[in-house]
Amino acid sequence: MLGIVRRKVGCEVFSAMKFSLALRKVLPTGSALPMNYSTATKEITVREALNSALDEEMSADPKVFLMGEEVGEYQGAYKISKGLLEKYGPDRVLDTPITEAGFAGIGVGAAYYGLRPVVEFMTFNFSLQAIDHIINSAAKSNYMSAGQISVPIVFRGPNGAAAGVGAQHSQCFAAWYAHVPGLKVLTPYSAEDARGLLKAAIRDPDPVVFLENELLYGESFPVSAEVLDSSFCLPIGKAKIEREGKHVTITAYSKMVGYALQAAEILSKEGISAEVINLRSIRPLDRATINASVRKTNRLVTVEEGFPQHGVGAEIGMSVVEESFEYLDAPVERIAGADVPMPYAANLERMAVPQVDNIVHAAKRACYRSVPLAATA
Amino acid sequence: MSAFSAAKILSPPPFVARFASEKSLCPFLSSPSVPALTRSALRSIRLLRTPLAVSSDVVIGQKPLASSSSATQNEDVDREVALVLYEDMVLGRFFEDMCAQMYYRGKMFGFVHLYNGQEAVSTGFIKLLEARDCVVSTYRDHVHALSKGVAARAVMAELFGKTTGCCRGQGGSMHMFSSTHNLLGGFAFIGEGIPVATGAAFSSKYRHEVLKESNPNGLDVTVAFFGDGTCNNGQFFECLNMAQLWKLPIVFVVENNLWAIGMSHVRATSDPEIWKKGPAFGMPGYHVDGMDVLKVREVAIEAIARARRGDGPTLVECETYRFRGHSLADPDELRKPDEKAHYAARDPIAALKSYILEKNLATESELKVIEEKIDNLIEDAVEFADSSPHPPRSQLLENVFVDPKGFGIGPDGKYRCEDPKFTEGTAQV
Repeated sequence: MLGIVRRKVGCEVFSAMKFSLALRKVLPTGSALPMNYSTATKEITVREALNSALDEEMSADPKVFLMGEEVGEYQGAYKISKGLLEKYGPDRVLDTPITEAGFAGIGVGAAYYGLRPVVEFMTFNFSLQAIDHIINSAAKSNYMSAGQISVPIVFRGPNGAAAGVGAQHSQCFAAWYAHVPGLKVLTPYSAEDARGLLKAAIRDPDPVVFLENELLYGESFPVSAEVLDSSFCLPIGKAKIEREGKHVTITAYSKMVGYALQAAEILSKEGISAEVINLRSIRPLDRATINASVRKTNRLVTVEEGFPQHGVGAEIGMSVVEESFEYLDAPVERIAGADVPMPYAANLERMAVPQVDNIVHAAKRACYRSVPLAATA
Repeated sequence: MSAFSAAKILSPPPFVARFASEKSLCPFLSSPSVPALTRSALRSIRLLRTPLAVSSDVVIGQKPLASSSSATQNEDVDREVALVLYEDMVLGRFFEDMCAQMYYRGKMFGFVHLYNGQEAVSTGFIKLLEARDCVVSTYRDHVHALSKGVAARAVMAELFGKTTGCCRGQGGSMHMFSSTHNLLGGFAFIGEGIPVATGAAFSSKYRHEVLKESNPNGLDVTVAFFGDGTCNNGQFFECLNMAQLWKLPIVFVVENNLWAIGMSHVRATSDPEIWKKGPAFGMPGYHVDGMDVLKVREVAIEAIARARRGDGPTLVECETYRFRGHSLADPDELRKPDEKAHYAARDPIAALKSYILEKNLATESELKVIEEKIDNLIEDAVEFADSSPHPPRSQLLENVFVDPKGFGIGPDGKYRCEDPKFTEGTAQV
């Protein structure tokens, strides 16, 4: 049964795109906003970005190999590993049986003994079957062995809600993995992020949890020639200011960055200039950038797709309280998914995930405190 | 009756469905003094007696194990080998006894799981390995570490939590790692080491086939040690499947000591004969008397050679027994005294000693010299550990990441690890 469900998810990714209402191409409209995409000459999708990053890293280092369900002959459940089997052969692109605990552990063991595996989970919900290996044998090993055994492994796959896939396929695990010392947790948004961060993750000597987003795979983003270069890499632990602003800071990661940018557009028409920070890295969190921004704008809205309790926004809020308390002019606003397992019905699902209006309202509340707080679940 | 042949456990050829005697299949029935099985349990065990183990064609084509009677192939063991084996087992035993003493004196703490009684398995397998071969163990890993070559001083200091330990005091009893000796842990979770070992074996095969690094003596072999309780865990089956599917150079060694903590193997397992699970996945499964180091060694030679050739994995079930409780905190009340006495009579060290003396491979005084040497070694290890310093405060934050930039960027905008106060523990994190 589970096998059938997974297949369907893979095939339905394209029809899911039709339902993803809020995802338009993100281009700063008009004028004087600083364009962070320098002289964009080409557009690539996130899928192409990930595929090319994997391809280049596998050709640069023969110790890198890819392992996961359907990554080989099926070309990847979401076609991320398209063409890699033909190019590198079945020794380096391994189709595994449906055994997350087993193959995640095999990946960790291979990393202990000198290789650089990239383990793909069909979605991070399935990583729960392998979480013992991610946390106990990967994250903690360098510490327990006092530096003797390092684990240069990357666990990657889609994270968070897709469209209509139900409660067991929709959870966001950023907060779960970011809780653990010894792991690095990355959440790319654009094609540039995807390429740069995946390359950095594969080259990194520590275990990295790389949280992609299924609905972003088909999104195109403009990229510069620098991004397309095979040695392009982004630093881990550095957030990116996607849009500069003066009145309120909005932090987001993954798909929510797109929503935050749209919210910033709407807010700018109402005279509120929002600064949007794309976190890129949840662990280590770029507290310096966040705090510097809050010290400039004095107001903060954190946006995430996952459940609110003990989430990423909670950590960011606390970090700001610890380091920039005197600079805050308003309480920190936290936008998160509804505190319920993801419902299936399309309208309920829309209510369970933050939408652009939620971000706009939160930013206004932070700025004027004039819109009453919405009821919390 | 010499201790050796006290129980006639045969090593059956992997794919044969019938057995010479009923007794051989069920270890607990091999001596009349072992009680504690109800009639219905016995009946159900006997029903399993003629396992129609349908093996895959792969296994049927293989040759059976060289010989399968109990007291045999002694011709192969010469004096040198016998003394190496003796010394290694004595080292394991004396070390563990010292651990118990130190624990009750408060020098060791936390969870400590001792290996007394099972030395034949560790010595039998690990003494055949080369330095490049890997061992993956469980929380009962002190003796595996010693057999693999980690210095007794380093292991003792690690147990005391001192900075001179093999993991600088950061791992502890259950997490022994050594990259120089290729000891890949030391895992607290049941079954966690099995996929890691399978991954190391995968790595060894990958290096040979993809990276084209070959060794004229064959592939690097990985030996995974785990217990009877682990054989009910999902990861075990997942790895048997993948190891055979990809023909990985690994030996799965089950140290079947018949008990989890207080849960006996028979109560927890629908089919207690673990070796049969090998042929179910297409690999040979052996059952061997784990209290007899020479028999273990004989099976080990075959299994390790198989892996080194590239013929794939083997499952070896060693029937053994732990003389102490599950851990030093376990009062060990559920195991019957006669069962304990039965296995105490089959002490592997006493057995090897009487074998050596019978075959005149060494004299009693030579063996005494070895024992004294080990005694001194252990005492020296304890003194070393005692006098070693505790880890400094700055060690707390070290080694979380290989790349310390993983701690992120500090409030001044620079990487935290570049702040000299960071590892001193005086900076705000």
